Amino acid sequence: MALMIAVALPLLAALLCWIKPFRAFVWGITVVCLAGSFAAAVVIAAHVLAHGQIIGIPDWFEADGLSALVILLVSFVCTIAAIYAGGYMHHGSHQPARLWWFYCNYNLLVFALIVVPAFASPNLVWVGVELVTLFSILLVGFENTPNALEAAWKMAILTIMGAPISFLGFLALYWAYHLGGGGTMETWQSLYASAAAMPSNQLKFAFLLVFIGFGAKSGLAPMHTWLPDAHSQAPTPVCAVLSGIKTSIPLYAILRLLSIVLASPEARIGNWMVVIGLVSVAIAAFLLLQVRDYKRMFAYSTVEHMGIILTAAGFATHASAYSAVAQMMNHSITKSLCFYTAGLVLMALETRQINQVRGLFRISPFAGGALLLCSLAIAGAPPFPIFLSEFSILSAGLKSGHVAAVIILAILIVIAFVAIFLQVNSMLFGEPSQAAKPAVAPRSSRTAIIIAAAPIVVLGVYIPGPIHSLMTLAAQQLGGH
Amino acid sequence: MASDQTQLIHGLNAMAAGLVLLTAFGMVATRQVQGVMRFFIVQSAFLAASAFLVGFSRGSIHLVALGAITIGAKVIAIPWVLKRTLPGDLYERREIDQVINIPSSLLLVLLLAIAAEFLVGTLVSSTTDPVVHVNLPIGLAGILIGAYSLIARREAIPQLVGILAMENGAFFAGLSIAPDLPLIAELAIAIDVILIAVVIGVLTRDITRTIGTTEAATMSELKEEPQIWR
Repeated sequence: MALMIAVALPLLAALLCWIKPFRAFVWGITVVCLAGSFAAAVVIAAHVLAHGQIIGIPDWFEADGLSALVILLVSFVCTIAAIYAGGYMHHGSHQPARLWWFYCNYNLLVFALIVVPAFASPNLVWVGVELVTLFSILLVGFENTPNALEAAWKMAILTIMGAPISFLGFLALYWAYHLGGGGTMETWQSLYASAAAMPSNQLKFAFLLVFIGFGAKSGLAPMHTWLPDAHSQAPTPVCAVLSGIKTSIPLYAILRLLSIVLASPEARIGNWMVVIGLVSVAIAAFLLLQVRDYKRMFAYSTVEHMGIILTAAGFATHASAYSAVAQMMNHSITKSLCFYTAGLVLMALETRQINQVRGLFRISPFAGGALLLCSLAIAGAPPFPIFLSEFSILSAGLKSGHVAAVIILAILIVIAFVAIFLQVNSMLFGEPSQAAKPAVAPRSSRTAIIIAAAPIVVLGVYIPGPIHSLMTLAAQQLGGH
Repeated sequence: MASDQTQLIHGLNAMAAGLVLLTAFGMVATRQVQGVMRFFIVQSAFLAASAFLVGFSRGSIHLVALGAITIGAKVIAIPWVLKRTLPGDLYERREIDQVINIPSSLLLVLLLAIAAEFLVGTLVSSTTDPVVHVNLPIGLAGILIGAYSLIARREAIPQLVGILAMENGAFFAGLSIAPDLPLIAELAIAIDVILIAVVIGVLTRDITRTIGTTEAATMSELKEEPQIWR
């Protein structure tokens, strides 16, 4: 029941935003419905912890540990982004007459994001991921400026091109499932159960196609080129959702499929995942050094983290699966905070260029403090959760015998750390270059930042028991031995 | 008797497959937006024909439904939707720029079709079903050719048709390897394909209004400029 509520509430919100008399209250409707969805996600997580899984409609809507965790993350990030949007979208040059369209679209995106982990059947997951892509394309182009439309177009071509490729991949998966003697209903669980019996050629073909199609959507190199454009041109709350959670959703499907392929004894692809992940991390780390726009900087950091998660999954042990899940969670909550802060800087100074922002601490101590906190957290400095998960990825890699990969990964993480730090350092300190009047950030945006920062500060020093057990459950679904 | 009939159906299916491939070549060889669109409609019709034939020979109601959905979505709905959302001059007699000229393009596309045959070689050898032997390589070739025209053409509508042609290829290969997908999944997929067309159509309309052209080549504002660290 809770599962159906979590899925239905964003859809209801989208519907209400579309009906004319309600258009004056779109922000309130969105926040209330998404908060309800988050509450339902907490109930789902509790139920999954108690019973191992939750079933909405058998064989259609089911959630296990991994799904419950992803649903929780989606609803958390999207609710806070909605709160943040209240102040941000009324600020500046957005036409108030089109706001209902923004919120309607935003709620549809949230619906699609929640429905992907809730679907039990891989074919429907494909449909869900395509819906996510379509709604995010519309949101990226929302501001209707030439730059925003260019970004939306690039994103549309590169990510929708993946749709038919991954579609054939899922059909080939179905083929493999039937050749392996599978039953009538194809779900993630029945696939995992019959993984050993599936012919490995078909399975590898299916995985390759899905990986190409969905890898492009989650911004893995070399198909990442649309990502910094889209994630820098979209309205900031959308950037937070896109970078924080939308890129993780196709990756979620890839990881599920990877666990099935890894369970098949003949298909050895773990090391390939490590290599492809490392290439993404490397490309992102070096681009981070030369980026000039701070929103693009955070976008490249997303490419880096997607690569790290894929590398961790490629190590294919239980410990590395746990750390991949942890990294996914920590990245979602930290990266969304990064974009909220970037939006604050954008509202105060009206520029996206790093070299035009100087002495942020003096202009706005709140924005400066938030920027310092989130960039420390996203770069992986010690008291923050990303440090913990990156550290456990490295140690899991050492234990599974991937010494060279671990050394390269560690070096690249350090390069990315230094790069982010040099960039942020020049923004935070020094004399303010222009006589900027201290713009007061809208109250809703500041509230959103404080709520978003709380779990980052807490999770770095203390992981509550339920969250730990949920991550352990999720790691079990990802397999590993 | 029965085997004669199956032979006939397999022969007809192979003919439909050949025509699907031929229309894919046609899309690459055409210079006008409307021509590309017409080839796409014809290709979708052959795809539906193949679905009907294979569905008939296997007694699969799913494939017949898939054929009907294809005709509804791709032969009727998508061309109609595009005609409605897009301003007329985009849709009609426009010449398309290509990065690579048409004869070289055709040669490359031919190579792609041969490559597709080799790529699935190990997969089809595991089965004796003649439909898989015909549909899987040609469907994959359709995907690759669609991807090629997507990359080589710098104009919005032909790029959209390229994506839709890739979908056609995926369906064409898929109907041989996954003949009994649940109907809900098939419907959802068909709706998804229409939505893709609508979203890209809307985006194209906005781009024409704001930027004034749909030549994707002119859109290159956003990029990373190399710089030396200060």
